[in-house]
Amino acid sequence: MNWNIAISTGSDTPIYKQITDQVRLAAAIGKLAMGDQLPSVRALAEELVVNPNTVARAYTDLAREGLIESRAGRGVFLIRKRRVFTREEGWRRLEPLIDGVIGEAMAMDFTREGLQDAFEKKIRHWKPEPEPKSKA
Amino acid sequence: MNKDIVIRTRGLTRYFGAKPAVYDLNLEVPRGCVFAYLGRNGSGKTTTIRMLLGLLQPTRGEGAILGYDIRALPPEARARIGYLTEDHQLYGWMTVRECGAFQSQFYPQWKEKLFQGILGHFGLKPEARVKDLSRGERAGLCLALTLAPEPELLILDDPAVGLDPVARRLLMESMVQLTRRSDRTIFFSSHQLADVERVADYVAVLDHSVLRACCSLETFRNGVQQVHVRFKGAPPPLPKIPGLLQVFRKADELRLICVRYDGATEQALRALSPTEIEQAPLSLEDAFISYLGDRGEKSLIFSEPEAQP
Repeated sequence: MNWNIAISTGSDTPIYKQITDQVRLAAAIGKLAMGDQLPSVRALAEELVVNPNTVARAYTDLAREGLIESRAGRGVFLIRKRRVFTREEGWRRLEPLIDGVIGEAMAMDFTREGLQDAFEKKIRHWKPEPEPKSKA
Repeated sequence: MNKDIVIRTRGLTRYFGAKPAVYDLNLEVPRGCVFAYLGRNGSGKTTTIRMLLGLLQPTRGEGAILGYDIRALPPEARARIGYLTEDHQLYGWMTVRECGAFQSQFYPQWKEKLFQGILGHFGLKPEARVKDLSRGERAGLCLALTLAPEPELLILDDPAVGLDPVARRLLMESMVQLTRRSDRTIFFSSHQLADVERVADYVAVLDHSVLRACCSLETFRNGVQQVHVRFKGAPPPLPKIPGLLQVFRKADELRLICVRYDGATEQALRALSPTEIEQAPLSLEDAFISYLGDRGEKSLIFSEPEAQP
């Protein structure tokens, strides 16, 4: 698994959220695949030099979303993401992100067409999650 | 209910002349946590630590550490506590090895291997004389002396002072390593908010001798909020807003930093008929600076002594 979490201090984003954001992103773009193992809480805490409770908090959030699962004695694994947000809630979370991108793009004088093209290209690049082998 | 508290103070107060250095301090440090004790220079952090260790008598109030009265700490209690002083006091005529041999006599559970390991990290030679060490090397030696007994309670008075970035990271790694044992507690004072953000479960903030926050790191971060309030034209004059710490006035916007932004605060802002109210995240450092700034309300305290790490 060629993937690492990197955190920075002094950010507006708390460390536990930097971790959850990066795992979510890695899962979304296919850098992490279903069944991949994540470092244990202790191992990741020592690697990032952060309080283990911070990592535990991040993993708890990810587990609650159904993105990862902790298997006793075996480790932490990425599992298929179930949809945990209603469409409405999902949109409420997504909208400010889209606003942010459009705002930045406008400020840098991108045209509407240029921005649409860029979006299209990125969406085509996006690797969908692999389908589970057996339908649960 | 019977939570294991390793440090507890009630109304702990110390005057120097007519001036209080620590005033009416109520502190609870649960076992197994990493607790950051913050405040500006001269806010009373070192005075607190010296009282906790029985090195300074309180003017009034009381305190207990590992269940012992701080005014009468027996040697067996001290042997369970590691204490790193702010000024790295050492005997100049000793060698590094002799410092270890001396310190180990006070700690039955001294781990020589750990001591050697930390010395190695800091590139310290056992035969070097203390008086010839650099500031950073002295800090490294003191850290090794404090950590080698793997104390049950570690009290570090500004451990990052005098350390270069590499040594500071080593300190952080040592602190994270120490949390492997869930019964170990670390209480440290610091100005390095990046370090606090990395390792702390709890923060306490001392301001001009008075405790103004004692809560989880997350509660503190969530408690200090930045709000952007936008208007059609120039912003109106601001009425009294509960918990207001700072205001930045822009052409058509007010940027506020508030403590405990809630329904009441939002209602007060809505009454100004803005076009938009938006909450914006704040870094720990900005939150801390705003919280301890010269302006704003001074009487606000977060407190959640019963919270779990």
